[in-house]
Amino acid sequence: MNQENTATALETLGKYIQSQTDNVVTSVVSSKAELTIETTRDHIHGLLVFLRDDALCRFKQLVDICGVDYPDRDERFEIVYHMLSMQHNTRIRVKISTDEDTPVPTVSDIFSCANWAEREVWDMYGVMFADHPDHRRILTDYGFDGHPQRKDFPLTGFVELRYDEDEKRIVYEPVELRQDFRVFDNLSPWEGMTDVQLPGDEKAITQEHGVKPENPSEGIKQKIRKGGQ
Amino acid sequence: MSDLAVETSETETKIRPYTMNFGPQHPAAHGVLRLVLEMDGEIVDRADPHIGLLHRGTEKLIEYKTYMQALPYFDRLDYVCPMNQEHAFALATEKLLGIDVPLRAQYIRVLFCELGRILNHVLNITTFALDVGAITPALWGFEEREKGMEFYDRVCGARLHANYFRPGGVAQDLPDGLIDDMMAWTESFPETLNDLDNLLTNNRIFKQRTVNIGTATKEEALDWGFTGPMLRGSGVAWDLRKSQPYDVYDRMEFDIPVGKTGDCYARYLVRMEEMRQSLKIMQQCLRDMPEGHIKTDDYKVSPPPRMEMKRSMEAMIHHFKLFTEGYHVPAGETYTTVEAPKGEFGVYLVADGTNRPYRCRLRAPGFYHLQALDFLSKGHMLADAVSVIGSMDIVFGEIDR
Repeated sequence: MNQENTATALETLGKYIQSQTDNVVTSVVSSKAELTIETTRDHIHGLLVFLRDDALCRFKQLVDICGVDYPDRDERFEIVYHMLSMQHNTRIRVKISTDEDTPVPTVSDIFSCANWAEREVWDMYGVMFADHPDHRRILTDYGFDGHPQRKDFPLTGFVELRYDEDEKRIVYEPVELRQDFRVFDNLSPWEGMTDVQLPGDEKAITQEHGVKPENPSEGIKQKIRKGGQ
Repeated sequence: MSDLAVETSETETKIRPYTMNFGPQHPAAHGVLRLVLEMDGEIVDRADPHIGLLHRGTEKLIEYKTYMQALPYFDRLDYVCPMNQEHAFALATEKLLGIDVPLRAQYIRVLFCELGRILNHVLNITTFALDVGAITPALWGFEEREKGMEFYDRVCGARLHANYFRPGGVAQDLPDGLIDDMMAWTESFPETLNDLDNLLTNNRIFKQRTVNIGTATKEEALDWGFTGPMLRGSGVAWDLRKSQPYDVYDRMEFDIPVGKTGDCYARYLVRMEEMRQSLKIMQQCLRDMPEGHIKTDDYKVSPPPRMEMKRSMEAMIHHFKLFTEGYHVPAGETYTTVEAPKGEFGVYLVADGTNRPYRCRLRAPGFYHLQALDFLSKGHMLADAVSVIGSMDIVFGEIDR
């Protein structure tokens, strides 16, 4: 009962925001007692100001900014803003999307705490923020190359460092693994068998068509990846 | 000739700001903080914290682990209060799975979260005092802290990296006699608190070093994303345990201390009072804890009892599946928060229906607090920057992730 009440209250709030902001909000979803609204890059700045100042919103605290990577989408990065209204005891999640080349307007001029959060998104995902006062990397090493939280960045990274006794300094070298990096996804071969292809299934395919795939295991891996997502 | 002399003295008075490196190896930096300070004489002009020296890529690693394997990473974030962070992840996963937690497990979790809060505050207050020149609190406090760690040890086998909470409950039940021993400890611990109080609260040197240092107003605290004692020290009465209660916090009776001045001293006072309130909560938990299960009996999520596995084939299969494949979490997303000792610790979990999180964002309170160091220490002396860092309760495990 209580949860239903919050759900309807959140939906009402979502619709209110949508109507008040000239329809810059492209979607309103309320699930699991959490309100998510989506907007576009150009409107994020104005929308956050509205959410902060409007009497029914008063989301005075920007709790967090983070990125999520969806490599299959046209605009692969999602930037997620979490806001908190202490006055109404409500949280809201605002999402925008962008790609590698398009900068997102900074919100560090309206919320000071956005400064580091945006730097982290830049560091981890390579999303640029226009007019950011201090657009540096934050968590990775000085002189680091790449954006480690992208889905196509390998977990092992590209360089490793060690202290060299002869040179008496830290040296950087390409990562050398004693054993190939393996991912055990352990996805069950019995449950959820819809269009998932498993290792060994390629034999059935090649027999049907009579052609041997160039790199069977690679093809299957891709299929599993697609099926899993 | 005299003109020339005037000119040189003019150029000499324009002192270049002196840039100073504080850390990364400095006892008062509370970890691996490299702080680049631009000094105007002995006054801090600009503080630029360089973080990331302890970055281990926790968020990336979690994307490659099953939900069960991801949990221990939370101990290694803020390693001073490990269970509080496990709690956030457990709650987030439970929310996505839509499972209920038995009441006894909820009590156990609240009990150990509050113990974690006390251990965290003891560490912070005593090392803070150490930073500003008092060594006795650290010697006295750590002895008491070790007793609290023993309770951790007894319940999960580890002093620090607990790995005790699980989505769906806790790993195992409390051992015999633990409740009595903890109750005895909650009764004796206020003495230590009084000792700390006597040593610090009215101590002239301590007050000289903390009162009116690093002041943040209400508006500034909100603007900079402060949470926890940092926010309450600035006079905002906000605590997630009261306003958005989780587990059995809504059954507990406790007060939220709020500071008035927003300086380092106010934060110290808030933490001192929070420990007393935490003791109250612990006593209520120990008194009211019901008997019953300590984890959900849904064997798709939590492993079956060892005894059952000896006889039941189904239990055996469940166990095998859980520890190889793990459980599948339905697609969805959630931002779940707990009131960790340092502030709001949040987990933004995006599940794609497989057995591994698609994205797990960790919102660490310390990250946002440290960011405010520049404005808090501006215009203060160098030694005051140390006070500010101490009062922020910085732990690099969670900031660098």
